[in-house]
Amino acid sequence: MTAILESFFGGLSIASVLLLAALGLAIVFGLMGVINMAHGELMMLGAYTTFVVQNVLKGTPLESVYILFALVTAFIMASLLGIILERGVVRYLYGRPLETLLATWGVSLILQQLIRSISWQLATGIVLFSLLFFGTLWFFSRRGDFERFRGWFLGVMLPISAAITWFVSDLLGKTHKMPFTRPWFGTQGVDVTAPSWLRGGVPIVPGYQLPLTRLFIILLTAACLLGVYWFLNKTVWGLRIRAVTQNRNMSACLGIPTQKVDALTFAIGSGLAGVAGCAVSLLSSVSSNLGQQYLVDTFMVVVVGGVGKLIGSIAAATGIGLLNYVIAANALGPLLSFSPALTAISEFFASGPMAKVFVFALIVLFLQIRPAGLFPQKGRTVDA
Amino acid sequence: MTVKAIEPAVEPRALAKARQRRWFWLEVALVVVCALLLLLVIPAILNAVGQGVRVNQLGRFLALAIAALGIDLIWGYTGLLSLGHGIFFALGGYALAMYLELQAKGGGTPDFFSLYGVTDLPTFWRPFNSLPFTIIAIWLIPTLVAIALGYLVFRNRIRGVYFSILTQAALIVFFNFFNGQQKLINGTNGLKTSTSPIFGVQASAPRAQAIFYALSVVFLVLGYVVCRWLTSGRMGRMLVAIRDDEPRVRFSGYNPTGFKVFVFAVSAALAGIAGALFTVQSGIITPSSSLSTAFSIEMVIWVAVGGRATLVGAIFGTLLVNFARTLLSEQFPAVWLFFQGALFLSVVTILPNGIIGWLRSSGFALGRSLFGRRHPVATYPSLETDPDVEYERQNLRD
Repeated sequence: MTAILESFFGGLSIASVLLLAALGLAIVFGLMGVINMAHGELMMLGAYTTFVVQNVLKGTPLESVYILFALVTAFIMASLLGIILERGVVRYLYGRPLETLLATWGVSLILQQLIRSISWQLATGIVLFSLLFFGTLWFFSRRGDFERFRGWFLGVMLPISAAITWFVSDLLGKTHKMPFTRPWFGTQGVDVTAPSWLRGGVPIVPGYQLPLTRLFIILLTAACLLGVYWFLNKTVWGLRIRAVTQNRNMSACLGIPTQKVDALTFAIGSGLAGVAGCAVSLLSSVSSNLGQQYLVDTFMVVVVGGVGKLIGSIAAATGIGLLNYVIAANALGPLLSFSPALTAISEFFASGPMAKVFVFALIVLFLQIRPAGLFPQKGRTVDA
Repeated sequence: MTVKAIEPAVEPRALAKARQRRWFWLEVALVVVCALLLLLVIPAILNAVGQGVRVNQLGRFLALAIAALGIDLIWGYTGLLSLGHGIFFALGGYALAMYLELQAKGGGTPDFFSLYGVTDLPTFWRPFNSLPFTIIAIWLIPTLVAIALGYLVFRNRIRGVYFSILTQAALIVFFNFFNGQQKLINGTNGLKTSTSPIFGVQASAPRAQAIFYALSVVFLVLGYVVCRWLTSGRMGRMLVAIRDDEPRVRFSGYNPTGFKVFVFAVSAALAGIAGALFTVQSGIITPSSSLSTAFSIEMVIWVAVGGRATLVGAIFGTLLVNFARTLLSEQFPAVWLFFQGALFLSVVTILPNGIIGWLRSSGFALGRSLFGRRHPVATYPSLETDPDVEYERQNLRD
């Protein structure tokens, strides 16, 4: 009994992290059919935001509740980046999901390296370049005949802005030296410490404590789910999002601004990734490859759950989380002790990475029965 | 602007045949010339100017180009974006590396096993004692794995992004397996091939490396020929049809599953051969080098840079990106990831057909116009004789 309860709560806490991470991905995928490979990096951004907020609030009266501010900031930061990503890249690639996948992978590589090497020098460089280039772009694009000399403009302004930026940031780096050029975070991981009221655990059964951070994440996931459910089902924009998810062309015909819906959904999905990043920063050290660890697991949740329904993601995340925990911890070992062969098999897979091997095999088998996931979108298109 | 009408050319059948044959022999001659250049001239030049390291790099990149051909076959022609080709690459590489590890000990148990307290050779290592088995295994094992995975996935009409994600998940699975099983295949440390004897010399000796270089060129040419043959006939048209509209292919009475599994298996075999040739030329294979997610996606970008569905583009793109990578990461290691990310972004948005595709569609025209020769604009002949159009052209100039 103890073992079963223990594995239930252990699995549940893994599942809640998975679900939190996959929620945003599933909404975006359902709406646009686009897989955002930079989703993990948005999580990473949320985690680093938490780290920054924690350090900013250190020593102030708000120190003990920094995590609440961090959640909000992470959501805002990640959704801002999401909007930039959607407006800047993804919207040009509609109808080409595979290309979108590659482009967002490129974005994820840039973000990873950016977080490693960002310093005051680099930051000022980026801001200066954006001001110069996009400022002049905005200035000239107001002219009616802009399309005519667009090529020339790009050819001239890109090198000029780059050269000015290079010169200025080099000069600043030479005058201010080390504090200016030193990376903010570096390649080493940074640590987020949970606030004092989240340390320790709640005894669930004798001999097993659920860590408070895990409980916090479970509650946070539930809150996010309720929030998303409310947003999708009770608000006007939620209704529009659902309409576009079901039939994009029809919705457009009925006057729904699909472009705005896309941007909004992408922002919310990214924001949820930021919140997820904030949550996982409590569990382990934060480094630039944080996103990569969660990426494939969250994809699996989306594949198994099917698109379009929240319940699918919930069920898939719970199932995968529980299975992963049960197999990795060899929780069913005692039950299999009657057969030496089965025991040997369960012990072979009884580690984190090997449990994933087993779960993947199960997922492939599952897709033989239900290729479109647990709760597929109902429709009459051939592609359904 | 003078617009010259192009009369719809109706060629006599015999003439068309002859023209086709001329193009065919031209292509054969080009391939042979390129192969001879790669085999005889370029290594000699590089060695003469003291850049012998580059020969080894070129050999490795040519091996990678074989894998890129496979990617082009399934992504460029059939529209299946595999993010897990590292699996097949690694299987081929590991097969050869296992043979070489055994050779290093004269068929005995390799050294690293004693570190983990393993005394008996695991059973699946035994067949790799024989060279013929290894040579078959290098391409057969990846093929079989691809058939199994491909059949299970394609049978259920799982495609598009789902397929990409599943292949990536499969890649993680293989990575976990190869990385975690130290008692079976030395886990993270990977297998070394540089100290083993092959063809009577050590595998890292210049003579052996020269042979591997030549083999890379030969297999690249063979791979090109096979892919060209597959994609030129009815099979090629079928693949393109699957890429462009799979439901319609099904409605026309074909079952795409078989074709997709077949082409996936062919590309897996190519990746396996590439993996083996790459491994012996770099001297080691590890899970983190061959089975990382980044490596598999990089393979796709080589093809994207060169140009999808062009085959030549795959080879060209592989060499270009990899040499850019070595040069850039020698000079500024941190910049490479930025550059690579920008490459992904820009290729997809600005140059969706890759360099070769761009050359074919508009590059030649641009070149002609630079030399002052006007590109003939194709148009409808009826427009030429239409008086209204002519009037507008005369009077409404911009």
